Parts: sequence; C-alpha cells; structure tokens
Amino acid sequence: MSGTGTESRGGLEISALRVEFDGFTAVDGVDLSVAPGDLRFLIGPNGAGKTTLVDAVTGLARATGSVRFEGAELLGRPVHRIARAGVGRTFQTATVFENLTVLQNLDIAAGAGRSAATLLRRRKGVPEAVAEALETIGLTALRERPAGVLAHGQKQWLEIGMLLVQNVRLLLLDEPVAGMSHEERDATGALLHRIAGERTVVVIEHDMDFLRSYARTVSVLHAGRVLSEGTVDEVRADPAVQEVYLGTAEDAAAVAGAEAVTGA
Amino acid sequence: MTLTAPPPPAAPPEPARARRLLPAAGPRRTLAAFALGAVLLFAVAPLALTDFRLGLLAKYLCTAIVAVGVCLAWGRGGLLTLGQGVFFGLGGYAMAMHLKLADAGPGNLPDFMVLYGTTDTLPWWWVPFANPVFALAATVLLPMGVAALLGSLIFRRRVRGAYFALLSQALTAAFAIWLVGQQATTGGTNGLTDIQGFFGYALDDPANQRMVYFVIALVLLALIALARQLIHSRYGELLVAVRDSEERVRFLGYDPARVKLVVYVVAAGMAGLAGALFVPAVGIISPALIGIVPSIELVIGAAVGGRASLLGAVLGALAVAWAKTALSEEFPAAWTYFQGLLFVVVVAFLPGGLASLARTVRARLARRRTGADEDGAEQKEAAV
Ligand SMILES: Nc1ncnc2c1ncn2[C@@H]1O[C@H](COP(=O)(O)OP(=O)(O)OP(=O)(O)O)[C@@H](O)[C@H]1O
Ligand SMILES: [Mg+2]
Repeated sequence: MSGTGTESRGGLEISALRVEFDGFTAVDGVDLSVAPGDLRFLIGPNGAGKTTLVDAVTGLARATGSVRFEGAELLGRPVHRIARAGVGRTFQTATVFENLTVLQNLDIAAGAGRSAATLLRRRKGVPEAVAEALETIGLTALRERPAGVLAHGQKQWLEIGMLLVQNVRLLLLDEPVAGMSHEERDATGALLHRIAGERTVVVIEHDMDFLRSYARTVSVLHAGRVLSEGTVDEVRADPAVQEVYLGTAEDAAAVAGAEAVTGA
Repeated sequence: MTLTAPPPPAAPPEPARARRLLPAAGPRRTLAAFALGAVLLFAVAPLALTDFRLGLLAKYLCTAIVAVGVCLAWGRGGLLTLGQGVFFGLGGYAMAMHLKLADAGPGNLPDFMVLYGTTDTLPWWWVPFANPVFALAATVLLPMGVAALLGSLIFRRRVRGAYFALLSQALTAAFAIWLVGQQATTGGTNGLTDIQGFFGYALDDPANQRMVYFVIALVLLALIALARQLIHSRYGELLVAVRDSEERVRFLGYDPARVKLVVYVVAAGMAGLAGALFVPAVGIISPALIGIVPSIELVIGAAVGGRASLLGAVLGALAVAWAKTALSEEFPAAWTYFQGLLFVVVVAFLPGGLASLARTVRARLARRRTGADEDGAEQKEAAV
C-alpha cells in the first residue's frame, strides 16, 4: 500500500519493518503509513513494540525493512541525521537537561543548524521561536529555573516545546501524558491538536479517555504487528482489538487496566 | 492556545539579603575576580615570595593551566581526561627540543646526543624544531592535532566513561614508555635536561626566571578568560547537555562526537601550552613527568577544587601541587598513596569538589536566613 501523499511534507511510510533483539522479534513486519498533518495514536499492550517502533524510525534501534519520511529512506542513517531531516521524538520517561535552565534547554533544541561562530558566542536574549514555545508550553515564568526542578508534567511539556523549536515536521511522542492530571491531559491534548495539521504527530498512549478525545486515527500494535487501523470508532469496533487489547470485559475495566499499566 | 492548567509553582522568593553580601554573579563580579587574581599574581606573589618560592609557584601555575582544560573537558564535558600527560608532554618536548637545539647552537647536536654518541646527524624529526616559530606553534598545535586524531577515533566509536579514562591512561603510559625507549633521540628516562636559555635569555638569571613566571601567570589568566567565554557561550551550554544526556542531544540533531572533540582538543592545547611553559620554569621535561601518575595528578587538583567551576579547578590544582611539594618533602613515599586516596574520596563523596561545598553551605545559610526554599538556585552550576 503505497503512499497516500506520504511523500509530501511530514508524511511517514513504514513498510515491512522488523527489529530483533538477540533472536527476539520486537517489531515483526510492520506496515504503517501516516499522512501529513495526521494526529495518529499508536496503542497496544505492554511489550507490543510501540517504543521499539519509534526507536527504529529515529535510528536508535537497528531495523530492516523501510522507513520513508517525505519519500526519503531513513533506515541506516545515524540518529542525528534523522533528527536533522525533521523527525523528532520524546521519551517514555521525560528526558530534559536537568542542570540547564528551561530556556537553555529550548535554546539548544533550536540550535542544531547553528554555525560555529554562533555557537561560540553567548546567547543574547531569548530567540523568537523559543519565546513563542515558552508561551505555548506555559513555562515562560519558569524559564530561568533548572529543568531538573520542574514537575513531571512540566518536563513533558518542555520536551514537546523542544520539538517545536527544533522545528521538526514529524513528532513521535512516547506516552506524553503519562502521570499527568486530567487538566494537564486536556491542555496537552488541545496542544497536540493544534500542532497536528502543520506537522504530523504520532502519539503512543495507553489512556483510553485521552485517545477517544483527541485521536484522529489509531493504529493498534500487538506482538510486533499492526492488528488494526482506522478511526477511533472503527478500531474500537474491531473484535480482534477488543480481544487482545481492550479485553473481553466492558470498556470501564479495560480503561482502569490500561491506566494501571501506564503508571508502570 | 497555551498550556495553562496548573499554576506554575510560585517562583522562589528572591534570595535577597544573604546573597547581596557578594556582588551578584555577573560581569562585575567576574571583573573583580580577575582584578584580584591579577593583583595576587603580578604584585603580591613577586613581592612576598623568594625567587625559589616564586619558581615553585610558576611550576604550580603550569598545573593550573592544565586544570583549566580539565575543567572544560571533564567538569563541563564529562570527559575524564586521565591522559593529559600526553599533551603536556608533547608541548613540553616540543619546547625543550627547540631550547636544546638553541643551546647547542646552529649545526651542533644537543649535548645528550653527543654524549650517547649513537648518531652524528640530527634525526629528521628534530630538524624543524630548530625554527622558533615552528617550535612555538608546535607546542600547542601538535597536542591539538594528536587530540583531534585520537578524539575522532574514540568519540565516533562511542567510547565513554571509564573506558575513555582507561584508554587515556593507556595512551599516556605508552607515550612515556616510548620516550624511555628512544634514549638516543629523546634522552630516554632522563628526558631533556639542563636547559640553559630561553629565546636568548639565560635561565639561571633570577630576573629572567621572574619573566618566565610573569609569562606563565599571564597565559593562565588569558586561558581562564578564554575558558570562561567558552563555558558561557552556546557551545558551553551544549557541552553540559552532552555531558548530562548524550543520547538526547543526538535526537536534537547534533553529533555529540563533534561537540566532545572540540573540548578535548581545546583541553589538549592548554595542556600542551602548560607543558611548554613548564620547561623554562623548571628546566627539564622527562617521561616521569608525563606518565600515569602525573596524569592523575593533573586532574586531582581540579577534582578537589571542583571540576565544573573554573575557579575551583584552578585553586584546587594550585593547592594540590603545593601540598605535594610540602608533603613529599616530609614523606616522599606516602604522597602517591595520599594522592590516590584523595582522588577516590573526592570523586565518591564530593563530586562537585570544594566549590560545591562552598556553594551548598552558602545556600544553606541563605535559606536559613530567608527561610525560603532555594532548591533552584543551589542546583545551578556556578562558573568562575
Ligand atoms: N534493548 C532491548 N533488548 C532486548 N529486548 C528489548 C529491548 N527493548 C525492548 N525489548 C523488548 O521488546 C519488546 C517490545 O518493547 P517495547 O518497549 O517496544 O514495548 P512497548 O510497546 O513500548 O511497551 P510499553 O507499553 O510497556 O512501553 C518487549 O518485549 C521488550 O522486552
Ligand atoms: Mg514503550
């Protein structure tokens, strides 16, 4: 199934992707295409291979098959080149530079293209893109604080902010709302909605409420394969999905289970 | 639209009064610190110290120059450079080779070559060092070039942490062993000794020794200023980011190998310059000065004083070099053990060195006075 416009700005086309760890196949022949501007949710039980899939796309895990971003092959390129090509990611546990301030974190994220001469000078003031991102993620007042003292949710936002100033065209977010309060989730969901459209967003998430409220399209991963794909309603109606992921019980129980899992 | 959900935790109350005792960190405080350093180095020390003591201080200042590079590479970049002896040695030998040739006079062999009598022509790789410009440039560029070569091999293969430190040690040991083995062309175990002149000035004249001291002090201050600029530049921030999370930096589109290479090469250049200045100050360079033990010595000072803080690293280096002289005069055998112990204790229990101790104490005091929680301010790393 070849690109529905995945060759244009921000489109992702994954085919026959396999990742093995010492004989264990974590990603087992995944085909996945994400249209430019989509807000795609990637769900699946623990160990389904979601994080590994993102690792493969971003060059962290060695993989076979093909990952084409805007028509160009990513597999085999080193991590920093893939990032330069416009693909950004966050991690399951927020990783920011704890000893640097919020502002420094963002300024570094904005700077991969800087010349040596610029790098050797001091930062004067706040670059416009950084100021904008600070507003967007609501951390303007905290910009001079070390990122290490931020609350968990704020770190997640800072990470998203870093992707914004990095100016990537594809954002891969690994459980961005894990551990957030309901209000924080809603704020994050709304933010993702706004980002999508201009950019392509892929979100790994366990939280069913969050998924229902904000997903445009959903892919379900199970045991390293794509089990189902479609809109939220289509996926939820798929008996295969109900069996392996939502469980046979009612949604409520599944939601509770998924949330317990998220905390892990 | 903006994320506004939880009101951000109230910014900490201004850690006011307690802090104001010192001028706020910033250009003014830096200038004051530099002025104080200059007065101490250029006025107080030469007046207060005997020629002999001033000569010792000159030697310590060379160690402090290495520490400036260690502060950058280790403190800021996380590279535990336990092999700075290689670069110190390259700079030292480059300088000493020139001075030996100058002592011997044009067309003549350095005294030790005549003594061993194994060659009657100058080895080809000695020849260019007769030229003072070449030799001076080589004291800095040779270590930097070697570091660039080594670094690009090491960092691209993602050799990190303890492996990097071990590799550095192995290299410095290999270099020292090689020097010992090349008796006829390097002076072997003795090294290059008995250096008489320094670009036309006789080194046994106290006035000229004083001049050498001033040159070293000037270089130290200049390199501190350079390092400070680097630390506060965008590159300096990036370097800390690489130290703390190399992987994350990679995902932002940077190649951490290149970021580390720059600081490694800069630190090597500083060590080379220190080695070059050590030669006229002490009159000798030898394998014993650049092997494993001296290489560890070159980082201990920075560790004790506080590797991430320039001032801490420099003062620590001076203090440890002084302690070495004082203690090894009394207990020559104990120094090596003491030094090893000191290193382990500091790295294990006080990774930020004395500078962090001072900072912690100051923050505690401030907190007690204002009764405010100052978690943020304490964690910020002070430089200079
Ligand atoms: N570096 C690795 N070495 C060996 N096995 C690994 C490695 N990384 C992941 N795995 C295995 O691959 C499988 C998929 O892991 P992955 O982290 O991609 O799952 P996930 O879908 O992200 O799960 P979760 O929801 O818990 O985050 C798991 O069985 C995991 O144990
Ligand atoms: Mg995962």
